[in-house]
Amino acid sequence: MADEVKLYAAAPSPYVFRAKLALSIKGVKFEYINEDLGNKSAELLKYNPVHKKVPVLVHNGNAISESLVIVEYIDEVWKGVPILPQDPYEKAIARFWAKFIDDKCIPTAFKAFGSNGDEQVVTEAREQLQILENELKVKGTKFFGGDNINLVDIAGSVIAYWVGIFQDATGLELITKEKFPKITVWAEDFVNLEVVNQALPPREDLVAFFKKMFGKA
Amino acid sequence: MAKQEEVILLDFWASMYGMKVRIALAEKGVSYMYKEEDLRNKSLLLLEMNPVHNKIPVVIHNGKPICDSSIIVEYIDEVWKDKSPLLPSDAYGKARARFMSDFIDKKVFLIGRNMCMTKGEEQEAARKEFIDCLKLIDGELGDKCYFEGESFGYLDLSLIPFYSRFHAYKMYGGFNIEHEFPKLFCWAKRCFENNESVSKSLPDPLKIHGFVQQMRKNLGLDE
Repeated sequence: MADEVKLYAAAPSPYVFRAKLALSIKGVKFEYINEDLGNKSAELLKYNPVHKKVPVLVHNGNAISESLVIVEYIDEVWKGVPILPQDPYEKAIARFWAKFIDDKCIPTAFKAFGSNGDEQVVTEAREQLQILENELKVKGTKFFGGDNINLVDIAGSVIAYWVGIFQDATGLELITKEKFPKITVWAEDFVNLEVVNQALPPREDLVAFFKKMFGKA
Repeated sequence: MAKQEEVILLDFWASMYGMKVRIALAEKGVSYMYKEEDLRNKSLLLLEMNPVHNKIPVVIHNGKPICDSSIIVEYIDEVWKDKSPLLPSDAYGKARARFMSDFIDKKVFLIGRNMCMTKGEEQEAARKEFIDCLKLIDGELGDKCYFEGESFGYLDLSLIPFYSRFHAYKMYGGFNIEHEFPKLFCWAKRCFENNESVSKSLPDPLKIHGFVQQMRKNLGLDE
């Protein structure tokens, strides 16, 4: 029986991108359902009644929500290129850093971009990014996953691509090559990977969207 | 010859996140050294083992630290996989369990705490939000004995630490879970009475009462 895979999505969302990238890495054919976030569909609300958010992956009628939960699900169901390490300890470390990006890096960065350059808020965001910068330095590898990308790189796509877009949209230079040399190189390498590049939404569309969202349009 | 396993748990007796880890270790029959942390004066070991967050719980397994309670529990489930499996074996079951556990960690524990640490309108809002969260969880449990069916598992483990707070919720939060959610209340008692891993890992509710009382005093909520 053929697999039915649907992804309830919205192009500007970095969380949606994680799910889309994971599916692309595994070579899974899926139906991309574009949601108008200002007017969510009945199906989305049915499949994610708790948070009412994208992404939602629906696999043969089963709905999975929360981007990192979705990525782990994709990794478990479809074999092939691994997204998480096999070793339990390495897996725990990968999950830790993916969570760090979600719980610390993203909220503080978002606050910084929405803050009109408030120094304290910007400093806090840079402090969290510095922790990530140090981790990359200590690891000494091209990606968080080593020679190939893993869960942490996928979670970090928001930093690799979206932060640059937020910078263009707001004029705030949160990440500079001088302050974050490792992150800068990692971001370039990540975005230039074929599987990533092909899945990324166009930059201009996103800049326009986020200009509006941050009230700069 | 079996490998010499060294497991250390850095914890704080009242932490619900710590209780999850204690229960998981007990379920798997893992011997470990428990180290109580004074959260106002954290040990060098804690700061070294969790330099990013400086938080408990931390499990140190043969010298290697694992941080964050949900990550630790999954680690324990994977390493000691031959006894008492915690997570469901199918990918979809795992995804549902992870989703709910994240919801419990981020919402239930923190909103319950807010309910006991605020007053007036703020407390009323927290109580309303708490009820909404529990409605969802109550629905997830349905008429089952445990969240996964017949056996105690990952979601039961993730939620049961809040049983230690029921008395405090009643005394300080104006919320009686036995009346509002009798099914959940029965589930909690079932977990506690039928599972030694739970009864041995949860602190005395009266001790928690005293702890909450002290925190409220520190916040200037009570004399």
